[in-house]
Amino acid sequence: MEKLIFEKSVEGRHGNYLPPSDVPVKQIHELIPEELSRKKAPLLPQLTEVEVVRHYTRLSQLNYGVDTGFYPLGSCTMKYNPKINEDAANLNGFSQLHPYQPVESVQGALELMYKTQEYLAEITGMDAFTLQPAAGAHGELTGLLLIMAYHAARGDFQRDKVLVPDSAHGTNPASATLVGCKIIEIPSKENGEVDLEALKKAVGEDTAALMLTNPNTLGMFETQIIEIAEIVHQAGGLLYYDGANMNAIMGYARPGDMGFDVVHLNLHKTFSAPHGGGGPGAGPVGVKSCLEPFLPKPVISYNQQTQNYYFDEERSQSIGRMKAFYGNFGVVVKAFTYLLMMGGDGLQEVSAKAVLNANYLMNLLSKHYEQPFAGPCKHEFVLTSSPYKGNEVRTLDIAKRLLDYGFHAPTIYFPLIVSEALMIEPTETENKQTLDEFARVMAKIAQEAMENPKLLQEAPHNTPVSRLDETQAARKPVLRWKAE
Amino acid sequence: MNYQYPDNLKYTEDHEWILEKEGKGIVGITDYAQHSLGDIVFVELPEPGQKVKIGDSLGVVESVKAVSEIYAPCSGTVRAVNENLLADPALLNDEPYAAGWIAEIEIEELSDKLLTAKEYKFLILEKAEEG
Amino acid sequence: MPFLPHTLEEEQAMLKDMGICTIEELFRDIPEQLRLKRKLNLPKGLSEKAAWDEVERLAHRNKDIGQYLCFRGAGAYEHYQPKAVKHILSRSEFYTAYTPYQPEVSQGTLQAIFEYQTCICELTGMDVANASHYDGATALAEAALMAIQISRRKKLVISSLVHPEYRETLHTYLSRRGIEIIMLPSENGLTAVAELEKVLTTEVAAVIVQNPNFLGSIENLAFFAQKIHEKGGLLIACVDPVSLGVLASPGECGADIAVGEGQSLGLPLSLGGPYLGFMACKEKYVRRMPGRIVGKTVDRLGREGFVLTLQAREQHIRRDKAGSNICSNQALCALAATIYLALLGPRGLREVGKQCMEKSHYASELLVQLPGISLAFTAPFFQEFVVKTQESAVSINQRLWEAGILGGLDLGRYYPELKNHLLFCVTEMRTKEEIERLVEVIGG
Repeated sequence: MEKLIFEKSVEGRHGNYLPPSDVPVKQIHELIPEELSRKKAPLLPQLTEVEVVRHYTRLSQLNYGVDTGFYPLGSCTMKYNPKINEDAANLNGFSQLHPYQPVESVQGALELMYKTQEYLAEITGMDAFTLQPAAGAHGELTGLLLIMAYHAARGDFQRDKVLVPDSAHGTNPASATLVGCKIIEIPSKENGEVDLEALKKAVGEDTAALMLTNPNTLGMFETQIIEIAEIVHQAGGLLYYDGANMNAIMGYARPGDMGFDVVHLNLHKTFSAPHGGGGPGAGPVGVKSCLEPFLPKPVISYNQQTQNYYFDEERSQSIGRMKAFYGNFGVVVKAFTYLLMMGGDGLQEVSAKAVLNANYLMNLLSKHYEQPFAGPCKHEFVLTSSPYKGNEVRTLDIAKRLLDYGFHAPTIYFPLIVSEALMIEPTETENKQTLDEFARVMAKIAQEAMENPKLLQEAPHNTPVSRLDETQAARKPVLRWKAE
Repeated sequence: MNYQYPDNLKYTEDHEWILEKEGKGIVGITDYAQHSLGDIVFVELPEPGQKVKIGDSLGVVESVKAVSEIYAPCSGTVRAVNENLLADPALLNDEPYAAGWIAEIEIEELSDKLLTAKEYKFLILEKAEEG
Repeated sequence: MPFLPHTLEEEQAMLKDMGICTIEELFRDIPEQLRLKRKLNLPKGLSEKAAWDEVERLAHRNKDIGQYLCFRGAGAYEHYQPKAVKHILSRSEFYTAYTPYQPEVSQGTLQAIFEYQTCICELTGMDVANASHYDGATALAEAALMAIQISRRKKLVISSLVHPEYRETLHTYLSRRGIEIIMLPSENGLTAVAELEKVLTTEVAAVIVQNPNFLGSIENLAFFAQKIHEKGGLLIACVDPVSLGVLASPGECGADIAVGEGQSLGLPLSLGGPYLGFMACKEKYVRRMPGRIVGKTVDRLGREGFVLTLQAREQHIRRDKAGSNICSNQALCALAATIYLALLGPRGLREVGKQCMEKSHYASELLVQLPGISLAFTAPFFQEFVVKTQESAVSINQRLWEAGILGGLDLGRYYPELKNHLLFCVTEMRTKEEIERLVEVIGG
């Protein structure tokens, strides 16, 4: 492993970035009272620039990214991140704007945001969008607050249950708790779809919303979505669309037409903004017109008369602000650039090829791994490695072995309703050769599972570190470096 | 799997055990429970003096990938807690029925749904068949 | 089509392999009535060159900070970003990776976050830090939720001199949780301590104070810590990390949770985002802290490495019982901040803080010599200060903008009693000459 940057530090070394002050020099104690000033200097590293550059260059080489290779992480849409996106967001005209500079001096930025809102509304079939949420989970919280505000505005205060399918992402229940709601889990049927009878029993006067992804977390289209929407709407609840899987259906079907009232999208999944090793992302939220008055403020609007864009702060019914300023603008620039290049036809082609790749790969892999649900799938699919469990080989072992072959592992053990799940999303930007090679390796691993389980149980063997002891990490947490 | 089910204990369906003695009960989680959770990394204990009702949360047991509440098998007042678990949660894995005890409660009322060792073992075997 | 690799032959081969003829067949499960029967009404796709022309056109419609002199902060600060920061960030092994779910191939991200956590602990003087939040405002809101869970109390006291947008975010986050939020008024540019005594009870989960506060003044954090601790509650300090080279750290002052906006650590202004919310706390509260946390451990062969740890706190395991729904962080922004701090080192950071103080004080001394301009408060300040103006704030800013200067923030919008008060910010970026230019234009 690479030493920590603190361990490379040498007292007295430093870079040189600022000219000496050209205003009268003062001592800190002349400017602020002693008791308000710092006593002990922070132990930050002391290095020259080349040492810092080398350190982080080496760290980068311990990482695996989309630019390194195939990254079939289900539900995460690890598609190629076009380089033009990065350059666009780095343009001074975008990256060097103060959030409080006069609105007439950021008209290009507002036009970009406004158009992005319009494009996303058209793609999803919604009426209005906010770009404020900084991530998918942040979008969920925003969406649920919008729904609660809608009910409250109608004097409907008793709705405090949020329904989620048992295949739902963990953020759904956690977000529901944040808005003071309780979760009711709706079981899935054998084919992985929502059980309508169970849903009918669960809805009622206390139903605030149903949260759903479609295609669902198994990668299957919920074919009864119209009935589902009817059941929830008739009970007075609203439908929330988790847009994590939007890459499957662009130009084919729209959540707005399915009956969804609120959607969030992940610009870092479907719209090619990179994931940054965990962020920043962006989770814009779209709504039907009945929810529009409640959108977080400010709303980016356009004045037809003056032909100017502006931040609309006069929103008496708004749920308020979800963060400071206007959202992760830099991420929005990347998604906008992508939207410009793809256009409507391009986006439909994206979904077509994402679904083609997923089905092709599923077909290849189902010869060696069990496919719990019959296809076709949409942009991703779930397999189980349970046939190898008898040989003491678990999904985790297969995932780790894949790393040895130079692939990133799929999402594993999710959704929870499939035991030993492998959730695979190839995305549209992968070519046939990569898919074939991945399938060949997966077949080889299946063979290894039968012949040499130890090889898998001890995998990975070729990575910078091997399997890490998570128990020790949690029992005796070491969460920072300390000077000896 | 061969789990331990000591005869002198009473069990809950949620996998707690209680050892009753002179109006006090020592409470812990069962061998089956510690095994299903895996390596336990953290335990949140109740406060001594805290009053609990049957089924109230007595605390939380965390492993790397799971978390489970501990439910009170009786009502009463918490008299002592096993602070050794804070420094060494592995005791729960190693000796769930001895050094891994969680709390001592002065019993007001025992749950009427407690199982004998034999009944609890039957429940676990049934589970194993289903799973 | 850009970025789609399939040739027609390959597409045919793939379909044939599945025993179907068209891609359309793979969409047969979408009910007919839901099928979009028209094309998406979006502009036609563009080549890379044409798309670049369009984004450049939009970028040029904005006036960036290189085209004017910035004397405005208010939560977003222009500081010098060493060139190396951007170069390291552009390594795509960092920016095209996902959250480090497979630690064996993510040690770069994990170690960088571990180093970031250490930097934040050192800066704030706290014991532990998480891997970051969306921004300062959301970090503050999540800290409040954390304090409520720790104390099991349902009241919060917040200074009216916490950034107005942070306070609004807090209100939104807590709006459905039945929490009473009590606001402390201000006096002479500082949070009114006399009022604190009146509202502090043993029902208060936390007091939230920003330092330097929204008006730039330096609060006495230690006093707030002492008062709330007497009542068994927590102090949440929201701080500007750049100030921590010179100002007493939240840890030194006795704060329980420190949060803040990390944009000033080498991140571009970017019209308000993406930024970096940081959070650190005392060790005893670590299991109540939201967000991702990286820890050190060993691998199967005994070598040191890093993993995401204490995950049982988080939504994917604790689901509806989780204290927060956050499941990402701002890893790349945290990396930027870490590189910035590593390049500057402790002396460099102190120098930035010192120059901010010297230059802002120089500016304030010159400004108050102008007729019709006075310093609004006497409290000590860091890099921002408030002046009261006889001429309307709007008119002064108008004149400045026409002269290529972004003047102070007009505070009347946020605090009605501060009509015709301007909040100026002078960082290390401004030269003596530029400061004198500001004074000259205001003086007319």
